[in-house]
Amino acid sequence: MRCWVGGVAVLGPGLPGWRASETVLAGADPWTPADVVVPPPAMLPATERRRTSLAVRLALAAAAEAASGEADAAALETVFASSNGDGAVVGAILETLTDPAGAISPTQFHNSVHNAAAGYWGIGTGSTSPSVSVGGHDDTVAAGLLQAAAAASARRRRVLFCAYDAPLPPPLSAVRRTTVPFATAMVMLPEPDASARAALDLRFGPGPAEAPQEGRDALDALGAENPAARALPLLRALAARRPAALRLPMLGDSCLEIEVSPWG
Amino acid sequence: MTRPLSMTASTTVSAVGAGREALRAALHERRGGLRPGDFPGGPEGVWIGRVPGVEAVALPPDLASYACRNNRLAEMALRIDGFADAVAEARERHGAHRVAVCLGTSTAGIEETERAYRRRSPPGGALPGDFDFARTHDLQSLPRYVRARLGLRGPALAISTACTSGARSFLEAAVLIEAGLVDAAVVGGVDTLCRMTLMGFNSLELLSRGGPCRPCAADRDGISIGEAAALVLLERAGDAPAASPLLLGGGASSDGHHMSSPHPDGLGAVAAMRAALDAAGLAPDAVDYVNLHGTGTRANDAMEDRAVAHVFGERGVPCSSIKGWTGHTLGASGALEAVAAGICVEDGLVPGCLGVEEADPEFRSDVATGNREAPVRRVLSNSFGFGGSNCALVIGQGRAASAPA
Repeated sequence: MRCWVGGVAVLGPGLPGWRASETVLAGADPWTPADVVVPPPAMLPATERRRTSLAVRLALAAAAEAASGEADAAALETVFASSNGDGAVVGAILETLTDPAGAISPTQFHNSVHNAAAGYWGIGTGSTSPSVSVGGHDDTVAAGLLQAAAAASARRRRVLFCAYDAPLPPPLSAVRRTTVPFATAMVMLPEPDASARAALDLRFGPGPAEAPQEGRDALDALGAENPAARALPLLRALAARRPAALRLPMLGDSCLEIEVSPWG
Repeated sequence: MTRPLSMTASTTVSAVGAGREALRAALHERRGGLRPGDFPGGPEGVWIGRVPGVEAVALPPDLASYACRNNRLAEMALRIDGFADAVAEARERHGAHRVAVCLGTSTAGIEETERAYRRRSPPGGALPGDFDFARTHDLQSLPRYVRARLGLRGPALAISTACTSGARSFLEAAVLIEAGLVDAAVVGGVDTLCRMTLMGFNSLELLSRGGPCRPCAADRDGISIGEAAALVLLERAGDAPAASPLLLGGGASSDGHHMSSPHPDGLGAVAAMRAALDAAGLAPDAVDYVNLHGTGTRANDAMEDRAVAHVFGERGVPCSSIKGWTGHTLGASGALEAVAAGICVEDGLVPGCLGVEEADPEFRSDVATGNREAPVRRVLSNSFGFGGSNCALVIGQGRAASAPA
């Protein structure tokens, strides 16, 4: 299954946007951890902007950066992938529900759905295009990539893939490790155009339970701090514009094999 | 979607009972499953669609760590309707790694997390040590459980697009089959009662009070929340052994309007229905029955009536909602109603809205309030959800049923 990657985005510790991070990801400059500054989503009207949490802001910032070169961002189909969804909102609701009255806020409740980020993307861009939101614990990036690539390849659509996760509040933080915010996004193309930077050949097959450890450094290790950061091997290959054969573990017995070939 | 997919096997558990035959009988006999709310800690004065006996279901010992209300309900569905055997046959035909699991859920096992929060000692402290986040709370818990339980090795995907999750799973599986990554998929949805959804919809003042929900009635006053599991085995029509109902096409759209209110004119709903018809290569007049999302809220049903009349014309096609039987089963509803649509094409049944004497006189579509027996070759089934998510499926008769006599 083949598709191409157009616009790309990243937002994480020491990775303040694709353009500012490309040389770091490519290995030409050292990576220095730094706090993540997430811009408020300029695409939303002020009333909606106030309601957005860190998770939604992360997703919208990455999605907007990846789509910035698109003539019509609203026309993109979207795949939003997140392990924790809006864990801050879900955690707050769970805390409220320990009270017998359980008087949760209506706004919090509609923001708790896993497709909240996708909903705000639709509102912000005025998009009526199909959108799907998926989860997948540690496999979130691989699962989302697989669906986005399949939609681009088989159904010939331009598909915006966005993976994002924000830290969880206690007590959930103790049972699901997510210590830093991270988001990434990329436009998956059914055929190469001027924006194409790489061709991806993807295959699902049997594979190791764990990601290969050799050659891993502090930047790759972010994958253990945030499920969305498990996209880093792919992002680094894209930034370096080098061929790569990646294996993203899935489900303990399988993996998503990605062959990256620089393009253009 | 270019080619029809066979719904080779299906299974469902909801408030009307366990198994496809229970759903079939309930629809024909107009026997609903809603009852006064008795879910612990739930809102008072509302009716719910609770499945009796979920709490007592034991998972297989090797998968016991997945125990939560959602996976228990999935397990109930896996034990009936010959579903596990049908999947085992598909696994033999295609290979375990060529069968995907794509399942929708809005809240997965969050009811287990609610319990864990209440069990904290001291209150406000750490969650109990036996709470298994990954295998209960996490969205992936559901597809991972079903994949392990059925001995499958293909991709497993958790879809969570609020109340379109179950319907949307059919589209995500179809794209994996179309891309050649797999040959078959277990699709559907499982969502279970929990305080989060009951109190959440209560906070939005969207729950029907004092009786079962009444979709499309002039005096409708909201939703009855229910729970359900509905699973379907999808494969290419040519690979399927029997004359099962077919998934002829599906389509999706976004409202891009508001997080919890539909676009008043139903523009997103219209786009999803048209996309589904286009994918199936059908004109609106090829559809004999529209299974409405029909939650029973003022806004949804009015919007959907406008959208259906827009696509199919005024009184252009019989339509109804089955949520008066099962309640709104959220992330399972699209899958449950796909199974119901299969029953409607098999039996030539338009199940009129339950508990509704007369449809809202303002409505322009042909809302059935009693059962009608008529040839039903194709059903379009709608699902809409928070975040402005819309999805429509077109389900039709299988090969033998549609062949000339």
